[in-house]
Amino acid sequence: MSVNGYLIVASIIFCIGALGVLMRKNLIVVFMSLELMFNAANLGLVAVSSYLNLIDGDIFVIFVMVVAAAEAAIALGIAVAFYREKGTVDIDKANELKL
Amino acid sequence: MGAKDIIAWLIPLFPFAGWLLLGLLGKYFKGYAGILASVFIVISFIFSSILFFIVSYTHGFTTTLYPWVYAASFRTGVSAVIDRLSVVMLVMVTGVSAIVHIYSIGYMQGDKGFARYFSFLNLFVFSMIMLVISNNLLLLYVFWEAVGFCSYILIGFWYEKKSAVDAGKKAFIVNRVGDFGFAIGIFLLFITTGTLNYETIFTMIPSIPSITVTAIALLLFAGAVGKSAQFPLHVWLPDAMEGPTPVSALIHAATMVTAGVYMIARFHVIFSYSQFASEVVLTIGTFTAFLAAFIALTQFDIKRIIAYSTISQLGYMFMAVGIGSYTAGIFHLISHAVFKGLLFLTAGSVMHGLSGELDLRKMGGLYSKMKITAVTFIVGGLALSGIPPFSGFFSKDAILADVYNKGFYFAWIIGEITALMTAFYIFRLIFVAFFGESNVDPKVHVHESPKIMTIPMVILALFALIIGFLGIPPFNKSVFYSFLHVAFKNAYNFAPFTNNAPWYILSLISVLAGLLGIFIAYLLYIKKAVNPEKIKNIFKPVYALSYNKVYIDEIYNFIIVRPVLGFSNFLWKVIDALIIDGAVNGVASSFAFFSTKTRKIQNGMLMSYVLTLTIGVAALLFYFFIR
Repeated sequence: MSVNGYLIVASIIFCIGALGVLMRKNLIVVFMSLELMFNAANLGLVAVSSYLNLIDGDIFVIFVMVVAAAEAAIALGIAVAFYREKGTVDIDKANELKL
Repeated sequence: MGAKDIIAWLIPLFPFAGWLLLGLLGKYFKGYAGILASVFIVISFIFSSILFFIVSYTHGFTTTLYPWVYAASFRTGVSAVIDRLSVVMLVMVTGVSAIVHIYSIGYMQGDKGFARYFSFLNLFVFSMIMLVISNNLLLLYVFWEAVGFCSYILIGFWYEKKSAVDAGKKAFIVNRVGDFGFAIGIFLLFITTGTLNYETIFTMIPSIPSITVTAIALLLFAGAVGKSAQFPLHVWLPDAMEGPTPVSALIHAATMVTAGVYMIARFHVIFSYSQFASEVVLTIGTFTAFLAAFIALTQFDIKRIIAYSTISQLGYMFMAVGIGSYTAGIFHLISHAVFKGLLFLTAGSVMHGLSGELDLRKMGGLYSKMKITAVTFIVGGLALSGIPPFSGFFSKDAILADVYNKGFYFAWIIGEITALMTAFYIFRLIFVAFFGESNVDPKVHVHESPKIMTIPMVILALFALIIGFLGIPPFNKSVFYSFLHVAFKNAYNFAPFTNNAPWYILSLISVLAGLLGIFIAYLLYIKKAVNPEKIKNIFKPVYALSYNKVYIDEIYNFIIVRPVLGFSNFLWKVIDALIIDGAVNGVASSFAFFSTKTRKIQNGMLMSYVLTLTIGVAALLFYFFIR
């Protein structure tokens, strides 16, 4: 099986994730879509790594997963703080960062 | 350093220490500030006297405190020249300063700037001493400016009074004009000779082209004109009377204003090698002597009368140094310092007794109420009028006799007419203020000043009586001449004696001129043989000219002050406010305009940021693929 299939699947997942980030209003769902984008990128990396018989992509993926785990903790913390502040997780309410 | 070097440097040290001590810790001394300052100056005076005797019995010397600028061949240190000229000046400066300091304790009693006053006064004395003893032009210029600065802060001492502040500024700005010339003169001298030390310069002067020497001399004289209040820069001195009266006595009569005369005497080599420059000095001096005496005839402010008289007497000194009679000039400088200091102190005593009244029309009959002041004032007046045996007779006569015997007849005639006017205006003041019926405001309690003020006056009066005897026997045989003339041995004798008129005839003419002036004043103001008002009406234009100070202030206002103000207004309102501020504000407001447009992008909506980001990344990827 050629690498193309993996890359096509990865692209599709990435686009779904991106659209999710852009279109959903719920902060938790936006965050989950973001995770989808991470994993799409990871999929692409391991696919190319295995195709080229290199280990670099695999190592990189491990790093991305570690960072994503750490980032997940922070992001969920933000979500909790946001909920406490606003009483909702609707992302349109996060509109105070302006002049 | 030997003992005499240490003595020489102790003289400026004490006033300097007094300035620092009173300037920094003045408020802790309270009423003792005056006594402390006076003690310092008296110590300085004692050392000056010791130095005077050392130099009299040995010879002059040069001493360096420390090297200041030593760069390649240019060597200028903080060093002093102690010769007969400088010790005479030192004794005069510290002596008059000591007396004025003591007098000030009484005069400034209760003033809220008591300590500040004495710290400034000590700073002035320090600067004046350094000016007198410096042996190079760099140091001279520093302290030349320092005494000008002290004069400025002391004229504006009562800084709540706008007229005093304005007078201080006027003195400072008018002096700038002269000092500009002085600075250029020093630069020219440095370019020509490559050094600033007096000794080296004087040995080089004879080998320098005469046109250069003339230019240097005239530029240096410009500084003297400003500092010594000669025409056309005399306008600041009458206004300087806004300061405390002891300041007028010390700075604007006895010491600082004579710095110009001292400077020319010190640079006698330069001036004597340029006949043209010396003639300019003579002309300016003669004209100023006459002009100031003419203005003084009709003034009513007693301090201003004495101020114009100072300008006039300085004119005499410049006449003397302008004909190469340097000892006569310095002799008049010394005797003038004594009797003019006396006149100012007594005028201050009159002010003190009349609660600050200065207008001659509101005085009269003061003799019976303030006898010591009146008698000492009359002594000063007689000395100023040149009546023997008071000091002014000997010193002024020495000048006028030299002027005649060196063949400057026109200057001599003007000098004699000025002597007549001098006697008239000072005795007009005396007769109107001290005799006749009283015009004093009845609410004012007229009283004699305290002893702390009258004793210095009496001391100065005694000196005004005896100091003139240094001037006998007449001409070149006098005590003073034989003491001082060695200081001027390097002068080129450009104006040799052409006549040999005996001294008694010349003196008789001068004394007659003085007595005639007194007699006219007596007729007008005591006998009232002719009503002064009548004479005023006959000579109306002349009277108006004198009363309005020959309109010189008005002329300066019209040709200098107004155009400068107008041009400054133009610079401010058009160049600065319109063009420069306009450019800066224009840049700022154009940025503000674009910012208000672009800040719409930042709307706070998270989704729109993400969308923008995504579009941006997509665009970058697209560009990457089609490249």
